[in-house]
Amino acid sequence: MCLAVPMEVVSIEDNVAHVEVGGVKNQVRLDIVDQVPAVGDFVIVHAGFALRCIDRQEGLETLKLFQDSLGLELVK
Amino acid sequence: MNLSSEFRDPDLCRRVLEQIQHLADSPFRFMEVCGTHTVSIFQSGIKSLLPENISHLSGPGCPVCVTHDLEVNTFLALAKMDLRLATFGDLMRVPGSGGDSLKKVQAEGARVEIFYSAFDALQLAVDNPSENVVFLAVGFETTAPTVAATVKVALNQQVENFFILPMHKLVPPALLALASDPDIRVDGLLLPGHVSTITGIEPFMFLAGDYNLPAVISGFEPLDILQSIQILLRMHKEKTPAVINNYKRAVADQGNPRAREVMQEVFKPVDTAWRGLGDIPGSGLSLRKEYLGFDARRKFEPAPLQPETNTGCKCGQVLKGKILPPQCPLFSCVCTPAAPVGPCMVSTEGSCAAFFKYSL
Ligand code: SF4
Repeated sequence: MCLAVPMEVVSIEDNVAHVEVGGVKNQVRLDIVDQVPAVGDFVIVHAGFALRCIDRQEGLETLKLFQDSLGLELVK
Repeated sequence: MNLSSEFRDPDLCRRVLEQIQHLADSPFRFMEVCGTHTVSIFQSGIKSLLPENISHLSGPGCPVCVTHDLEVNTFLALAKMDLRLATFGDLMRVPGSGGDSLKKVQAEGARVEIFYSAFDALQLAVDNPSENVVFLAVGFETTAPTVAATVKVALNQQVENFFILPMHKLVPPALLALASDPDIRVDGLLLPGHVSTITGIEPFMFLAGDYNLPAVISGFEPLDILQSIQILLRMHKEKTPAVINNYKRAVADQGNPRAREVMQEVFKPVDTAWRGLGDIPGSGLSLRKEYLGFDARRKFEPAPLQPETNTGCKCGQVLKGKILPPQCPLFSCVCTPAAPVGPCMVSTEGSCAAFFKYSL
């Protein structure tokens, strides 16, 4: 139910962030995120909402974890 | 160092496993309360690598599994009314009374649609102003704030054809019920990582403080889980119970206060019944007065069938860790993932489904 893959913020409009991971694009709402992200930050997303903002370095590292366990290419 | 290789490094895992073997000189029973832990423990093979002394119990960690029969019958009754039902996919095959499920009533003509987010369901309502849309609000503390935020937007935008059926459950009160039940013997708890992202560590402190139960907030990688088990074992052995955050890369100790604020603005805690665990004080959420207009129960007054009491399903005992799924007489002969009798066999995160998939 909750696989929290971090997604990279590519742009922000009002209360919505456009995010991307491994070529998959999505829109997430920022109503309940712990800290409002900046472009380039990563967010942990659940059911269409960003829950937690993590800095770029941490985001890339966490993403590598998922990459290994899911066998997907998420980080170049 | 590359974090990912660190977390999947077989060598590191082996070393932690050796420490676990060393520490496990007497029987130790730990419980996890998170569907993602259940799946990860089976999938990664951790279950079969742990010393025999250590038993793994899968507690009430799958939101679908703990949804009460009466709640299931309530949404099935709603599905038969003149409205559009919006749901997370996991609920589609949960069996209710009379052999119904959302999937079945959908095939018979009910309008049931699967959404990934409550907000998308609100959008459906906005796009179809002449129809009523009801969102089935299940999930723990991770999901409840997303629904609360959606309801807030609905109020601001004065959407009058959007409703929710609140069935959320809160994890700490359920753990309190388990910890204070003298029939349940658990020596340590793995705490759910995603729920803790919202709640933080504080609501779990009573486990160690009042019940001497060691508890560890854990991530989902094999090394995360092994380390957390090792920390639990050490605290158990040294008789130094504490609540520890071993998932700092995703969980801040204080959780997410903003999400909690939104959740508390829209919902208030109420007593609610869990499948298997029964009534637990303060473990559910109902809409506050200002938001009562969004309550599908008030608006549509569905009349649920009374739950059947004799299906033979033992999910309740499984969820409490009293029996393991194979000890249920229906397991794998009558009840399978293709033809589930109880919800623990429906959700991929349910204990019975995980046992079926990985242990047979
Ligand atoms: S095996 Fe089926 S019937 Fe038995 S407890 Fe699990 S879900 Fe219920």
